[in-house]
Amino acid sequence: MTDARRAVEWAARDSRSRLLAFLAARTRDLAAAEDALADAFGAALERWPETGVPARPEAWLLTAARRRLIDAARHDAVRREAAPTLLAAAEAEVELADEGVTVPDERLKLLFVCAHPAIDAAARTPLMLQTVLGLDAARIAAAFLVKPAAMGQRLSRAKAKIRDAGIGFVLPRPADLPPRLAAVLAAIYAAYGTGWDDVAGADPRRRGLAAEAVDLGRLLLHLLPGEPEAQGLLALMLHCEARRAARRDAAGAYVPLNEQDPSLWSRPMIAEAEALLDAAERAGRLGRFQLEAAIQSVHARRAVTGRTDWEGLALLYEGLVRIAPSTGALVGRVAAIAQARGAAAGWALLQEIPAETVAAYQPYWALAADLLARLGRTEAAAAYDRAIALCEDPAARAFLARRAAGVG
Amino acid sequence: MLYTMLIYETGADFSRRADPATREAYLAEWPRYAQALRDAGIYVFGSGLQPPDTATTLRFGGGEPQVQDGPFAETKEQLGGLIVLNLPDLDAALDWAARAPRYPGRVIEVRPNVPSPPNSVCAA
Repeated sequence: MTDARRAVEWAARDSRSRLLAFLAARTRDLAAAEDALADAFGAALERWPETGVPARPEAWLLTAARRRLIDAARHDAVRREAAPTLLAAAEAEVELADEGVTVPDERLKLLFVCAHPAIDAAARTPLMLQTVLGLDAARIAAAFLVKPAAMGQRLSRAKAKIRDAGIGFVLPRPADLPPRLAAVLAAIYAAYGTGWDDVAGADPRRRGLAAEAVDLGRLLLHLLPGEPEAQGLLALMLHCEARRAARRDAAGAYVPLNEQDPSLWSRPMIAEAEALLDAAERAGRLGRFQLEAAIQSVHARRAVTGRTDWEGLALLYEGLVRIAPSTGALVGRVAAIAQARGAAAGWALLQEIPAETVAAYQPYWALAADLLARLGRTEAAAAYDRAIALCEDPAARAFLARRAAGVG
Repeated sequence: MLYTMLIYETGADFSRRADPATREAYLAEWPRYAQALRDAGIYVFGSGLQPPDTATTLRFGGGEPQVQDGPFAETKEQLGGLIVLNLPDLDAALDWAARAPRYPGRVIEVRPNVPSPPNSVCAA
């Protein structure tokens, strides 16, 4: 009984996304494939305790899920034309079962479908988290700070679009690969961002998403071995994850990166990130995520050298701004230059950033306040007020308030 | 499955198409594109439309439809033509749409057609 249950749970964790990708690749209907798989796992929980665990649990689950999909298609006149393709899938599956081969891994196609340009950008990350990692809509909704019903609707709409618009489960052509891969990487990084923003760890469900994003990054690299940008993204997330314990002091107060105690950083995570970055560099194809990871790598080196190479950081930010000029990169470059060459140089550069892009960008106002304070200018107080107003995290807000008090 | 490319054009495009002096140059690219679609074996149907000032619109309320001069909506881009293609998936449709003759301001909307019942004569 417990063995059977454990086998079901193992199959659920390890095979669910693989089976889902296999079924959906043949029907383009993610929602129907999810329902059929849920039924198949339910049937396994009922049957396996009595009959014993089948020799090939994945093949058993696939057969059960496929039967349900065909039944559903027969009852649905509109989808009846899909039944022949399902039957073809069934034949392929029988061959696999005969050969004792595991179900082919088509999750890379699933990742590309989730981040397809025809899918609403706000649905891409949630879709990956649900289909690839099996997270439920309520948990994803909590991480994205939207109501569960709204997230459920966003996910259903995206799945209906995939099915009705006929988005194919195919790998992009080589010419389309760079932008399509960039969308997959961005969607995974967005999942990490939701976990990272919740610095306080106030919501354990949000904090968990950072680890889930790292899992997605590992899966992508497993599916695209040697892809330097996938290595760069995983290295970036690991460098950030390594600092989790150092981001708050014993009293729970916010500690900025420059003042963190490096002995609290996770050495194994930093080592893994560095190895990934080295491997990526050997490919000789630089990209946004490798540069972002390299920036974090410079910060990490303080654990060894005891100092931060701000000129080196400024140089890396120059490169980042050139290939991916996001507001975050522009502000990061100014911060590095202000450390390397002084507050006046930083302030001059900060004013070149278009005002309309930073009106609600908290890191800009925190940096502006810091630079103005260092220059002894009275406008610092107003900039601190604005940074505090834009800050969601209570600990970071308290930190800024302490700095502001030092100015006033 | 069937996909329809809805090709929207600007007022300037429609003028170029109507003016005998620019008409030929404006339309020169289309026969080549149509031939490529036929050669690929994916072409189902296509047609350019006369300019929006030739349009007549029927509005359905409670009783008899109201007949009005002009297009459905007064927008900057107006429907200028449509092409129906038979393709395996959306990426193929987007790919073919991207190869259509290009003019600044042109918009192409790609939509899947509603699947026909299996016994219908026009099932694809």
